[in-house]
Amino acid sequence: MSIDEINTELEATDLECVRGRRRLFSGMNFVLRPGDLLRVTGANGSGKTSLLRILCGLLSPVYGSVRWRGADIRSLREEYWQQMLYLGHAHAVKGELTALENLVISSTLVGLKVNRKQALVALSGLGLAGYEALPVKILSRGQQRRVALARLFLSEQIPLWILDEPFDALDSQAVDCVRLLITRHLARGGRVVLTTHQEVSIENPRLQCISLDSRTN
Amino acid sequence: MFTVLRCVIYRDLLLAVRRWSDVLTALLFFVIAVSLFPLGIGPEPNLLRTIAPGVIWVAALLASMLSLSRMFAADYADGTLEQMLLSVAPLGTIVAAKIVGHWLVTGLLLVLVAPILALQFDLPQKLLATLTLSLLLGTPVLSMIGAIGAALTLGLRGGGALLSLLVLPLYIPVLIIGAGTVDTAAAGLDTEAHFLLLAALLLVAAALAPWAAAAALRISAE
Repeated sequence: MSIDEINTELEATDLECVRGRRRLFSGMNFVLRPGDLLRVTGANGSGKTSLLRILCGLLSPVYGSVRWRGADIRSLREEYWQQMLYLGHAHAVKGELTALENLVISSTLVGLKVNRKQALVALSGLGLAGYEALPVKILSRGQQRRVALARLFLSEQIPLWILDEPFDALDSQAVDCVRLLITRHLARGGRVVLTTHQEVSIENPRLQCISLDSRTN
Repeated sequence: MFTVLRCVIYRDLLLAVRRWSDVLTALLFFVIAVSLFPLGIGPEPNLLRTIAPGVIWVAALLASMLSLSRMFAADYADGTLEQMLLSVAPLGTIVAAKIVGHWLVTGLLLVLVAPILALQFDLPQKLLATLTLSLLLGTPVLSMIGAIGAALTLGLRGGGALLSLLVLPLYIPVLIIGAGTVDTAAAGLDTEAHFLLLAALLLVAAALAPWAAAAALRISAE
């Protein structure tokens, strides 16, 4: 499937999210076209992760809808999930498995076909060459994050990337690497949604920013 | 779809091998719980022979329940569960794979150890096969019902206690029929009806439990 179809877009209409008794945001609208980068900022607890989980379909909004190519993601389900990649705040890596096993298994789990060689290339791309066969629990937090992010290397064909704090715990070298991956993906016509605390500049003319701080009421 | 199914089973077995102490806990619990009865009751062969099926079945039930709370908890904590919810494979398939994984590392081991433990109760040899076969049909049902309970109580405070309250009553039919199979065989009667009932329970559970647990997981993970 070509990822630069004209009408392919992610559209959020009038989203409202309530967690517990707090309304995190309401009346949120945006459209994401091929090549668009959406950056969500906000204080801790302002609803960044909730917004991303709504965009994935893991959480239902109290009001409003998320549409992918014109259809509601709640009705598309597996068809939508095939076309998106979500890397959450938790690493989703298993301490007992090696870096290589983690990458191959987590990719297979979401439906990517990955062989050992591709996985090794992806790991070395994120500076994990030489660590492939070690159990992840003895790696540092930043290295564990790299294992999770190595999936970006294997997900070039996936049109929508949703990344929760991708730069968390990374050193400057790894931040550069991830930034390059995101820039390349946008240049290919992919769409990226990400949350971040750090000031990481990604050169992209089509940057949209949503700040959740001003919306809290 | 089958790639994902295989991948999840392989992963769970690999994790079980690396965390073998978890597997051993359930197995040793079963061995010790069953062994306490002959020690407590004393050498009365007739009494021991009568209570053997019930004791072994109850112990198997509890041992199987012991590891239930871990079925989804680790995946929930480290974010893997979110990835499973977003997989292209239907969630029911992934849950089915997790149930198979759970049974292979608890149920199957219990089935293999049970005949040896039954010797402590002086169970006649011809009944050993009946006991093993009844457990072989019954323990997968325990894993399946347990999966629904584990999914419903995921992420709750004190979920472990709630899980037992939720799951144990549902285990009762399996316990009655399972232990009843051995009793019937001991009385010299035909056990075919009991085995068919156990097999029916297994089929009904296999058809429904993965989807019920999958629906529960989606709610718990919100």
